[in-house]
Order: sequence, then C-alpha cells, then structure tokens
Amino acid sequence: MIDNLNTKKVSYLRTVLITALVLCFVFVAPVSAANIDETAESIANLETALTFVWLILAGAIVFFMHAGFSLLESGLTRTKNTANILMKNLITISLGVIIYWIIGWGIMYGASASGLVGTDQFLLSGADNSLWNEWWFQMVFAATAATIVSGALAERTSLKAYIAFTIVMVALIYPIHGHWVWGDEQLSLLSGSESPIVTLIGAALHDFAGSGVVHSIGGYAALAGAIVVGARIGKFKNGVPQVIPGHSLTFAFLGTLILAFGWIGFNGGSTLDGNDAYMNLVIVNTFLSAAAGALTVLLITWKKVGKPDPSLTANGLLAGLVSITAPCGSVENWAAIVIGIVGGIILYSGVMFNENVLKVDDPVGAIAVHGYAGSWGLLSVGIFSVGIGNGILVDAVYAAEGAGLIYGGINQFIIQMVGVLFTIIWAFGVSYLVFKLIDATIGMRVSETEEIIGLDICEHGVQAYPEYILEDGEIGD
Amino acid sequence: MKKIEAIIRNKMFPNVKDALESIGISSMTVAHVEGRGKQKGVVQQWRGRTYSVDLIPKIKIEMVVPDKDVEKLVEVIKTSAATGTIGDGKIFVSPVESAIRIRTGDKDESAL
Repeated sequence: MIDNLNTKKVSYLRTVLITALVLCFVFVAPVSAANIDETAESIANLETALTFVWLILAGAIVFFMHAGFSLLESGLTRTKNTANILMKNLITISLGVIIYWIIGWGIMYGASASGLVGTDQFLLSGADNSLWNEWWFQMVFAATAATIVSGALAERTSLKAYIAFTIVMVALIYPIHGHWVWGDEQLSLLSGSESPIVTLIGAALHDFAGSGVVHSIGGYAALAGAIVVGARIGKFKNGVPQVIPGHSLTFAFLGTLILAFGWIGFNGGSTLDGNDAYMNLVIVNTFLSAAAGALTVLLITWKKVGKPDPSLTANGLLAGLVSITAPCGSVENWAAIVIGIVGGIILYSGVMFNENVLKVDDPVGAIAVHGYAGSWGLLSVGIFSVGIGNGILVDAVYAAEGAGLIYGGINQFIIQMVGVLFTIIWAFGVSYLVFKLIDATIGMRVSETEEIIGLDICEHGVQAYPEYILEDGEIGD
Repeated sequence: MKKIEAIIRNKMFPNVKDALESIGISSMTVAHVEGRGKQKGVVQQWRGRTYSVDLIPKIKIEMVVPDKDVEKLVEVIKTSAATGTIGDGKIFVSPVESAIRIRTGDKDESAL
C-alpha cells in the first residue's frame, strides 16, 4: 500500500516538474537562445583547458620515467659506472629538450613532404599555446626513445659517442619514423588515409602510444649499438655468457616501479584529449598487461632456474607495459592479459636469445623489453583489435580502425606486420650506420684500462660511492 | 708467545668476541677478508643464469698471546665460532719471535 502511495507521489511530482520545465522553455527560451552560442563556446574552452592540463600532467608523469630509467640502469650495472650512467640519462633528457625543439618536432609534425618527413615548425616557429602543449607531451616521448639506448650500451661506451648518437636519434631517427606513423592524417606513410601503403592494404597502422614509434625504435637502435660497441670485458668466456651482477636491486626495482607509474601518463595521455573517456580503458588494459608480464616471467624463471629471478621479473613488468602500449585503447581486458603474458614470454626468450645466440651484451635487458616486446605490441593490435565502432569501442575516436585476426579481420594485421618490419629495418639499419660512423670517427668504446677502472673515474673523475669504495690507487698509471 | 689467527664467519664474530671477553681476553686485531675453501664458494643466480661466488667474505681475528693461554683460547674460539656446517672457518697457531710495545718500548710477554 505504502509503496503504491509513494509511487503515485513520485509520478505526480514528475508531472509537475516536467510541466514546470516546459513552461520555463516556452517563456525563457527566447532569452537564452542568444546565450546558446556563448555556452557552447565556454564548454569548448573548458574542454581545451582540460586537455591542456591533462597533457601537461601526463607529460610530467612521462618525464619522471627518466628517474626510473636512471635508477633501473644504475641498479643493474656496477658501482664503478654509476655516475656515468646517471649522466648519460640526464644528458639525454637535456639534449632531448633542446634538439626536439630545434629540429625533432618539425621533422615529426611539420607540414608533410609526401608523407615522408615534416618540413616546417623548426625552432617551434609560429607556435601558440596549443602547439606548446603538444610539443611538451611529444618531447618527453622523444627523450624516452633516446634514453632506452643508454642501458644496453652501459659500462663500456664513451660519453662522446653516446652524445653524438643521442643527437642523431632525437633529431632524425626518432622523428622521421614518428612522422610516418603519427605525423599527418592524410599523408603519413604508414597511417595517412592517402598513403599508397595504407590504400593498398586497406588499413592504417595503429600504434596508440608507441610500442613501435618509441619503444621498438629505441630497442632496435640499442641492438645496433650493442653489436657495434661489443660486449663488456668478461661478459663472454669462449662464447659462453657469464654473469656480471649489478650493484643494487633496490635501485632496479624502484626504477621499474617508477617506469610503471610513468605509463599512466605515457598511455593515459596518448588519447591526446582530456575529454576522451576511453583513457579509462587504456589505463586498465595497461596495468593488466603489466601484471601479466611480470607474473609470467616470475613463473618462467622459477621453473627454469629453481628460484624466481628478481631483475628478470622486473623486466617482465616492463615488457608487459611495452607490449600493451600500442593496443591498449583497442582491445578487451582479457586480451590485455594475453598480450602481457606473451610479452613476458618474449622478454625471457629475448634476453636468452641475445646472450646465447646473438652473443650481444645488454646489461639491463633494454633490447628485449623495448625492441622485441615493442614489436609484439604492434603486432598484437592486428590480432586482438576490436575495431572502432564495435563492442566496447562503440564511441571510441582513437583506436585501431580494423578488427583483428580473432574477429575475422586481416587488413589491420597486415599493416601492423608492415609497421613491425619498418621499425626494425629503419631503427636497426640507420642506427647501425650511424654507430659505425661514430666508431670510425670518435670511437664508440673506452679503452680497456678505462673500462676496468670504471667510467666514473675515467669519464668524470668521480666515484658514485667514494666513502665505500677504496680503489687501489693505481688510477692514472 | 704464539700468534692465533682465526678465520670465522662474519655473523659469528660478536659471539666469539663476547666469549673471549668472558675469559678476560679483550685485545685483538680484526680484518675483513675474502676467501674460499675446498667447496670453492657458493652458487648464486643473476638474470636467469647461475654463477659461483668463489670468494666469500670472512672475518680474521689475530691475537698474540703467552704460550700458557693458547689452549684455552683455541677452545673458546672453536666453540663460540661453530655452527656445525661447512664454512665455519679455521684456526692457525704459529710461534712469534718477539713483541714490542711502541709507546713504552716494553718487550715480549710484558708487551702483550
């Protein structure tokens, strides 16, 4: 009875309200009609402001990843090279800001010449608030791609050689490839609607936040560098990989977790729109994949070595993150977990493949984490993509257009495959040439004596831990 | 006079020091050393690969004492440094020709 009464009351109230609203419209509407345009404009202004604030914040979170890289790389290497690896990371971000302002941005986002390269906006000429905002967010990505290389080349690469490569990386290697994928909606070689490759295959390459553009490019450049510079003294004995333990798992883990935190900005900000609600899906997928990657490597090493390996498990978390960077806005939650699991398997196999087969020395696992897992990330879009407008992506704006293999699509998979090949050929090929050129002119490697004494003393004249390490006083002999 | 050199586990050092103090011995020289025995160190792992750490950190206690104290001292160190597992260490006893206290010039047993 009471329920009935209440229901009646509610429906009576509703009638009154609706009537009142209608009356309001009839009498007040003529007045507010003049304000509709103003209201729409202020909403648009608010939306712009929201994007500005979100991208500055997301860029700041990505910037903090340089703290993560610094800690991870110093933790996984020896005390005698700590100051050097910290300097390389700091120099990367400092050079990155300047070089990306002078030339990098223009090459990547300037007016496109046939979809191959950007041609204006150098020195950010003609920039307004909107451009400054975009530049800030893109600049931290460019520096991230460059800094990946420092870890793989740690403990034996000359500082001058590293600086020379970083300049080429941020000025040309990174932004030219970036232009092909993110540069221009119509012309870009791999993603523009009018590009011959895209029209031929019938799908545009989708790399949400840069599994390919940022991580693969950094990872394969690192591979080329590690091959040219050669392994650290003592890493291979008659071709058999030896262990050179890093000096602090505490730093390595803190660095890893800071990097994971950085991915909130890296992926979360990459909708490039503070009003795109799909950033929520992006964040959830990102961390599902990260967790799956770490747990997978935990189990693999537990089974293979008998005890779960800390630094590889930490690498597994990063591999999960790198893998999901391209597909995070285009796949279901369960697919994110599968992508992370495969990312973990690729990380473990990649690290072993580098040491056992390629005989490449990568102290921190950067090549497997960023290169191989990055390629998997690009490819996984073509397998698991739901396709824009379908299922959970019904309102999505920035996601892979086509459906993946498991939903019966094939074109998206083919273009992702092409994207994978382009990143490998471009990043490895060009970087290899650049490293060879640097080796022939500046010299890639420090001397044997310098490597044994440590780069801290030889390149910087300091020790990172002077109170605790008493060298035998032979420095300079 | 005899010199006693005891190479023991780091973690057993406080125990040995207390045991020596309880029988009135407080003078000693202690060094942090590295070494290995027949087992050639221990096996550890790094990034999915096992490797052997063949020099293990140890503590070496050096004491020069009058002949009459040697047996008691060795017994005390032997008991207080023992865990019963591989790696407990070793004790060496050797003769000492002379001893001089720098400050006073005292010689031999009166210098100890």
